[in-house]
Amino acid sequence: MHATASPVAATRAFPAQGARRLLILGGIGLILAGMIFGDIFAVFVLHQNAGRVGEHLQAGVDAVAEGNAAAAEAHILFIGGPGGLLENRGTKVDTHVHIIVFGYLALLLALVLPYVALPDPVKKHLAILFMVGAALLPVCVFLIYYVGLAYSPLTSIGWASILADLGGLLVIVATAAYLAGVWRNLRSGRGALKAEVLLPEQSWSSRALLAGGALLVLAGYLHGAYYAGVHLYQHEARDVQLLRTMLESAAAGNAADAGAAVSSYGALQGEKAVHIAAHAHIIGFGTLALLLAFVQPFVFLSDLWKRRWAATLLAGSVILPVFVLLELKWGLVAGGIADVGGLLVIVALTGMLVGVLRHAGRLDAIKV
Amino acid sequence: MSQSRRLLIVGGLLLVILGMTYGLYYALFDEHQTLENITVSLARGFSLAAGKELEPARTALDAYAAAKFEYVREVDVHSHWSGLALLLILFGIIFDQVAYPEHVRRFLAGAMVAGSFLFPAAVLLQTFDQGIFPKALAAVAAALLIVSLAAVAVGFARAKDSQG
Repeated sequence: MHATASPVAATRAFPAQGARRLLILGGIGLILAGMIFGDIFAVFVLHQNAGRVGEHLQAGVDAVAEGNAAAAEAHILFIGGPGGLLENRGTKVDTHVHIIVFGYLALLLALVLPYVALPDPVKKHLAILFMVGAALLPVCVFLIYYVGLAYSPLTSIGWASILADLGGLLVIVATAAYLAGVWRNLRSGRGALKAEVLLPEQSWSSRALLAGGALLVLAGYLHGAYYAGVHLYQHEARDVQLLRTMLESAAAGNAADAGAAVSSYGALQGEKAVHIAAHAHIIGFGTLALLLAFVQPFVFLSDLWKRRWAATLLAGSVILPVFVLLELKWGLVAGGIADVGGLLVIVALTGMLVGVLRHAGRLDAIKV
Repeated sequence: MSQSRRLLIVGGLLLVILGMTYGLYYALFDEHQTLENITVSLARGFSLAAGKELEPARTALDAYAAAKFEYVREVDVHSHWSGLALLLILFGIIFDQVAYPEHVRRFLAGAMVAGSFLFPAAVLLQTFDQGIFPKALAAVAAALLIVSLAAVAVGFARAKDSQG
């Protein structure tokens, strides 16, 4: 079932009320929360918001054609200004990304703990500090769009932004303190606490997650290099060229060309978004698979179920980015399949979380 | 702990802190101003075009493009430093399982740490200098990263037994 041999060693590696348990359970919880938030955002906000951006851009171009400067400016500010459509989208993307990355970092710190030469209570308090910051930042980033500048003492930064930055600072302080602990350990030459060192099992699920994770990360960086080398500068040049065409055509009264430029601009934004989303998700899922390979000894499930969850997670990790890219050709059908890929990752992660909770419950029930 | 693992873990933790500190600095002192620049320049372009002032409208669009160029790269730097740092630490924990002699592992670890620091740094440099040097540096650092990542993946695949 799981690899830890004796109850004493198992309890030492995963102590109740300990920093490692908090970081592993909290980390998986953060990742799950971030992914569920991302799926809800993709289904209910993303496309609708993009549609409204397109409508206001067209309205802005129409206002240019009519010579109505105030209306043209108002439509653009409604898209990109404070409380605008891009802020709505951007803060939700930032929330999604930061919850998940903090979850990864929590899992990683749980693995590094044996190399941190600090007393256990200090490690635990740092873990609590980390988790508070990791929750505060994304929640406050989410609130930026809704709170705006209400009661803010500053001209361009609201209270939600200030508290989000405070959350980030807490995470930095906790991580820096763990780094100081690693440094102390290296200077003392003591090495890691062997009983707590976590290595991937030689089980099928661990090896599949390690190999699959490494391949996904490599594929993600290859795709990123391809995008940066072939498309990035071309997309940036087309972006500004299409805006010029919109304005010059509208000012000249050529509504057809201006409208075509608005449509092409929307398509270009979609093309950029799918490439960036595919790149970010494939690397993110690869990193997650690598991290979960280490957590397998704590997943108290039968080998069959551990295999099923590992395979489900890897399948979802491939389906989501591939079908995000295919949205360019297949549209919303591919988008729907990509969402199913995301759902598979969520289901697999939930299955593993249940296994970790069972492991924790089993250890707590053992008298040592 | 072997030198290659030490290099990856310490390099990764330093890079995590660098990435997060940069993100915090950016959020506090630069992001809002850059986003405002993007929107205000574009709005001004539309407003001027509505008044048939096309040359100033083009200038406003150039300012919009410059601000957006800067924004995209600054966000990329934050996410790549943080993401690559996680990978370095992760590899650091299990680097003894990569089936190469220690001197090769040390070389690979050095290449990954150097690539992980230099690639985002070169992207950041592009916001100050749009010449060939930052682009070439970014390309070389990205190639260094990809080649060393591929070599590490092969090394993991060749490993047969878990080592402590």
